[in-house]
Amino acid sequence: MELTGADIFVRSLAEQGVKYVFGYPGGAVLPIYDALYQQDKLEHVLVRHEQAATHAADGYARSTGRPGVVLVTSGPGATNAVTGIATAYMDSIPLVVFTGQVPTALIGNDAFQEVDSVGITRPCVKHNFLVKDVKDLAVTIRKAFYVAMTGRPGPVVVDIPKDVAAAKAEFHYPKRVSMRSYNPVTKGHPRQIQKAIDLMLAAKRPMLYTGGGVILANASSQLTELTKMLGYPITNTLMGLGAFPATHRQSLGMLGMHGTYEANMGMHNCDVLIAIGARFDDRVTGNVEKFCPTATIIHVDIDPASISKNVKVDVPIVGPVDQVLKEMLKMLKESKKKPDAAAQKAWWKQIEEWRAMDCLKYDRDSELIKPQYVLETLYDVTGGKAFVTSDVGQHQMWAAQFYKFDKPNRWINSGGLGTMGFGLPAAMGVQFAHPKETVACVTGEGSIQMCIQELSTCKQYALPLKIINLNNGSLGMVRQWQQFFYDGRYAMSYMESLPDFVKLAEAYGHVGMQITKPEDVEPALKEAFKMKERLVFMDFLTDKTENVYPMIPAGAGQNEMILV
Amino acid sequence: MRHIISILMENEAGALSRVAGLFSARGYNIESLTVAATEDESLSRMTLVTTGTDDVVEQITKQLNKLIDVVKLMDMHEGPHIEREMMLIKVRTAATAREEVKRLADIFRGRIIDVSDTTYTIEVTGTSDKLDAFVGAIAQTDIIEVVRSGVTGIARGERALHV
Repeated sequence: MELTGADIFVRSLAEQGVKYVFGYPGGAVLPIYDALYQQDKLEHVLVRHEQAATHAADGYARSTGRPGVVLVTSGPGATNAVTGIATAYMDSIPLVVFTGQVPTALIGNDAFQEVDSVGITRPCVKHNFLVKDVKDLAVTIRKAFYVAMTGRPGPVVVDIPKDVAAAKAEFHYPKRVSMRSYNPVTKGHPRQIQKAIDLMLAAKRPMLYTGGGVILANASSQLTELTKMLGYPITNTLMGLGAFPATHRQSLGMLGMHGTYEANMGMHNCDVLIAIGARFDDRVTGNVEKFCPTATIIHVDIDPASISKNVKVDVPIVGPVDQVLKEMLKMLKESKKKPDAAAQKAWWKQIEEWRAMDCLKYDRDSELIKPQYVLETLYDVTGGKAFVTSDVGQHQMWAAQFYKFDKPNRWINSGGLGTMGFGLPAAMGVQFAHPKETVACVTGEGSIQMCIQELSTCKQYALPLKIINLNNGSLGMVRQWQQFFYDGRYAMSYMESLPDFVKLAEAYGHVGMQITKPEDVEPALKEAFKMKERLVFMDFLTDKTENVYPMIPAGAGQNEMILV
Repeated sequence: MRHIISILMENEAGALSRVAGLFSARGYNIESLTVAATEDESLSRMTLVTTGTDDVVEQITKQLNKLIDVVKLMDMHEGPHIEREMMLIKVRTAATAREEVKRLADIFRGRIIDVSDTTYTIEVTGTSDKLDAFVGAIAQTDIIEVVRSGVTGIARGERALHV
């Protein structure tokens, strides 16, 4: 039987196991919305802005490992989605974004709500497609999911003209697709892995440095086993937090620009660096000339282009992180050699001295609310078990430093693109994926206003998020840089005319709270998290002068941190 | 260093812009770029000349390989290869000796493919260096128009770029 393109769309997504579609209707996608209206396989979540649709799908993907799905209209629908697509691209998050397009006959005519969606998104997608014939629709959708999910994951855009959605074709959804031009690596080279094992076992001052790739590969358990077996120190990137339990003794916390003293000093002084699913980002390396000057570097990554891009590595291993780690575990178990116990003792003694610097200390007796204290208390009140999304800025760094993630997929933030406005919609996606779990969004008065309209979506779907607004009345990270590097000329980093967030939350039908004193922080958080059915917006008025420490200034090496 | 990179791509709309976009987005150089379908209509072959350090060229080939539409590629400089470029050049021959221009064309194994009272149009094929040399040999004031195809290349012997 022949189906319309719109019905093929619905049936394909159902075959693909999609549960939620985050989207916003418009002219070019009317046929698809009409088909969505007449089915019950997929649930469509109506956001208030297309950027939020992509972030919500992104939060869904990051917290589950399943692809996030977005549906938006042509023109402004597509351009609004671009920020979210680029956010997913930078962090290698699998999304499939469907954009409506003007009818094929009008493409190129500057038609109403026409934009070259494939052209605009090309630099920030893993791949994209324009479907010109309804006969190609099902197989293109299958390909889109295949490309988004395999290899190094990423967002894929499928542009569907209105007439293609209305035209009819036989429906057949292929179970499998193969593409001669796309064959992601499925196995790391055994000889390279053996070489890495030999180096790892001979190391005197080893260091494991792992990133988001471990979480994307669902390889947290293998990483944890390997790390414990070796007994070596481990540091995680911003994207990699939770892949190894942060409360474990071997964890040195996050590294990089706002990483811990022990992690960065460990990196600077190590003799063998084991990088897994991390990409030597500039926020991690600082000045590459001064990066890990004494280390032999092993790098495991699914993406060959990530290897030796910023830092030359000695033992590259291209392969899926989970498979390579399994192979490493097997080889380690079979190996007669063991890590050098005496060297490890000395190395750990040194690391403990660095750790004793207590680089994350802050004034606990302050009469003002310290943002760090809010996050520590959030950790305690939620028992460390919440899903935490964040926006971008100081609050993001404090959340990464003070909320100790013991499990993967629980820390959801925009690391690569650094997208303000990400936190709230991402939290919505997480809550849809995990309706029974506690989801907190750590944000600031700057970031939250970039997607604040989503409070309305939260009301519509009764999402009981807990929003932790660290309100210091300024764009804190910008202000911090202006204080450090621009002689205190605070150009436009001060926010005048902030809304009354309590009333705002109430206007959207939620619970609002304002917390102004340190002694009220814990009771307020406890009260808020008891309200299981309600969204609670907590506006914490924090110390306006607090900065994020430690800090590696731009151009400096990892051993050149500014400490408190 | 100069590298000739040959790319086999799915012959689909937008394939060329994926490559061009990659180069501009990542700040790589393109000296020339040619593209046409191959004997297999579903594939197009692109030849691209770029310059960069070994590290940069390694990144270029990795990033190109990452494009979903790229089936295969080859850096010609990994082995012996032949490169060719074609040039059509229109030269004013009214004032100066027409004979001299014809002799030069012969020396460079060029062919005169169009003649008028005042001009010769000459076709020359060879390496880019040879074409540069021919242009250099003609008096600058006599050159009316130059059009070059960009470089194409193929590996010597058994080495080949095919699916």
